[in-house]
Amino acid sequence: MADVTASPRSRAGQGLNLRLWLPLTWIVILICAAVFAPLVAPQDPLMQDLMMERLPPFFMDGSEPGFWLGTDSLGRDVLSRMIYGARIALFVSVIAATTTCLFGSALGLLAGYYGGWWDRVISRLVDIWMAFPPVLFAVLLVAVMGTGLTSVIAAIALIDWTRFARVIRAETMVQARMDYVDSARIGGARRLATLVTEILPNVLPTIIALLMLEMGIAIIVEAILSFVNLSISSDDPTWGSMIAEGRGAIHFAWWVLLFPLIALFFSVLSFSTLGEGLKKRFDPVLQ
Amino acid sequence: MTALFSIRDLHLSFPDRGNKPLFGPAPRIEVLKGLTLDIPEGRITGIVGESGSGKSTFGRVLVRLLDPDSGQVLFDGKDIATLDEEAILPLRRDLQMIFQDPMSSLNPRHRVWRLIAQPLKRYGRGGTKAQATEALARVGLPAAFADRYPHQLSGGQRQRVGIARAIALEPRFILADEIVSGLDVSSQAQVLMLLKQLAEEMGLTVAFISHDLSVIRHLCDNVVVLNHGEIVDAGPVAEVFENPQSEVTRKLLSAIPLPEMDDDWFND
Ligand SMILES: Nc1ncnc2c1ncn2[C@@H]1O[C@H](COP(=O)(O)OP(=O)(O)OP(=O)(O)O)[C@@H](O)[C@H]1O
Ligand SMILES: [Mg+2]
Repeated sequence: MADVTASPRSRAGQGLNLRLWLPLTWIVILICAAVFAPLVAPQDPLMQDLMMERLPPFFMDGSEPGFWLGTDSLGRDVLSRMIYGARIALFVSVIAATTTCLFGSALGLLAGYYGGWWDRVISRLVDIWMAFPPVLFAVLLVAVMGTGLTSVIAAIALIDWTRFARVIRAETMVQARMDYVDSARIGGARRLATLVTEILPNVLPTIIALLMLEMGIAIIVEAILSFVNLSISSDDPTWGSMIAEGRGAIHFAWWVLLFPLIALFFSVLSFSTLGEGLKKRFDPVLQ
Repeated sequence: MTALFSIRDLHLSFPDRGNKPLFGPAPRIEVLKGLTLDIPEGRITGIVGESGSGKSTFGRVLVRLLDPDSGQVLFDGKDIATLDEEAILPLRRDLQMIFQDPMSSLNPRHRVWRLIAQPLKRYGRGGTKAQATEALARVGLPAAFADRYPHQLSGGQRQRVGIARAIALEPRFILADEIVSGLDVSSQAQVLMLLKQLAEEMGLTVAFISHDLSVIRHLCDNVVVLNHGEIVDAGPVAEVFENPQSEVTRKLLSAIPLPEMDDDWFND
């Protein structure tokens, strides 16, 4: 009986590691920036100084030390605003994505496993929900609830739970047909126990991948709502409001637009790549 | 010889979703058309028939993974066909099953020892790793396998884990549904030999579903031949094979592949 567990690390395995470590590094940087913002930000993100307006980033002529990524048209430091912006972005993404995930996944699991009446009600609800145009829905919601982070989080959860419900329902249905489910019932498991101890661990990698994707999406949605001034007050540094302000000055101060955009891009990409990477990592068969 | 199972006029149908009219319920396809038979205690009963004849469906009724439309399934004198989910639970320990494909019947997320110990725990019979290792030993697997995941085993080893899981509960009945069809010939023989030996040791009643009459001949005491959801032949293996009552059985017998299985496999 040869040991089949030890196998040389394949190329695919190393690619997987890189796909895991690169996004993870970026996300750790983000988290540190968010948590330690007052310590690491070189300037006060709200401080305006009209003498310092539209300073270019450090690698260009006319830059000032301490203002590494330049300043905007009110003389506020771009890097510091980005660091404080990471706080809001991460806060919204974690809270909104987790809420969405818990709610949507639970409904998907119930519909997929119990079928019948559960499935009919949940699936119809998803269909009806998805008939609303999501952007309109979000704008409407913020209009009713008022601007602010709570509304942004509520809007994300209310729009995106259907993605979790649909995907997890389908995945659960696939898993529920596997023999190990019958095998668990033969082994004395009740229905709910079968769902929780047998099916859920097999659906979990998909849930985690979706959760990561949702964190990325939440960052974008928050940015979009800030961009159209429906998130928190426009003085507060968010990546979306920075992009909105930078858009007007793109011809004479492109850095105001570009750097937050890059941060946004890397964050969204990191979350979705990390999700895929973790999904593979958690799969004992693929490992 | 007493009967462990007495099945009386068992009917089962599935909805035919493909032919569902726009309104109203789907028509039903009858898969089991009034089966009546006894399964003797302490023996291995073979169930044969062509693909689609209803063997697996019948087997799953015996362990109550499927609910029949009508008829009685008396297990030890008690009708299990009409018991609800909660009432069947304590009986389930006696009604175990070994699946055709151990890759899909062993949850890929659980380690081997947990797969074996979990049912023991659920039925209130312990559930320790030591018990799992003991069950592994009985099917000829070393204790080191306890910490592996199912995908880290070979097909034959995996099927042994499936057997260990079933026998660890010390059941009275085991359904074995085509348990060797996914294995290569030498592992097939080993797994069958193991099943036969354990059944004898433990006085188990086994329902053994197979396509292969030569396996049935070597392994089983009795045989039931199904065709389109009806019993066309039943009785002790020697009798049925000597003197088949139906055309279907004769056809199956004539299809026994040559060379035949080696008798030595079962005679240790
Ligand atoms: N869940 C189901 N829904 C509808 N029809 C089904 C279902 N399960 C089985 N059937 C039908 O019932 C019939 C008997 O199926 P069963 O699986 O019992 O056959 P079998 O004798 O075990 O065949 P095989 O040797 O191929 O395993 C087949 O015609 C099959 O199509
Ligand atoms: Mg079958």
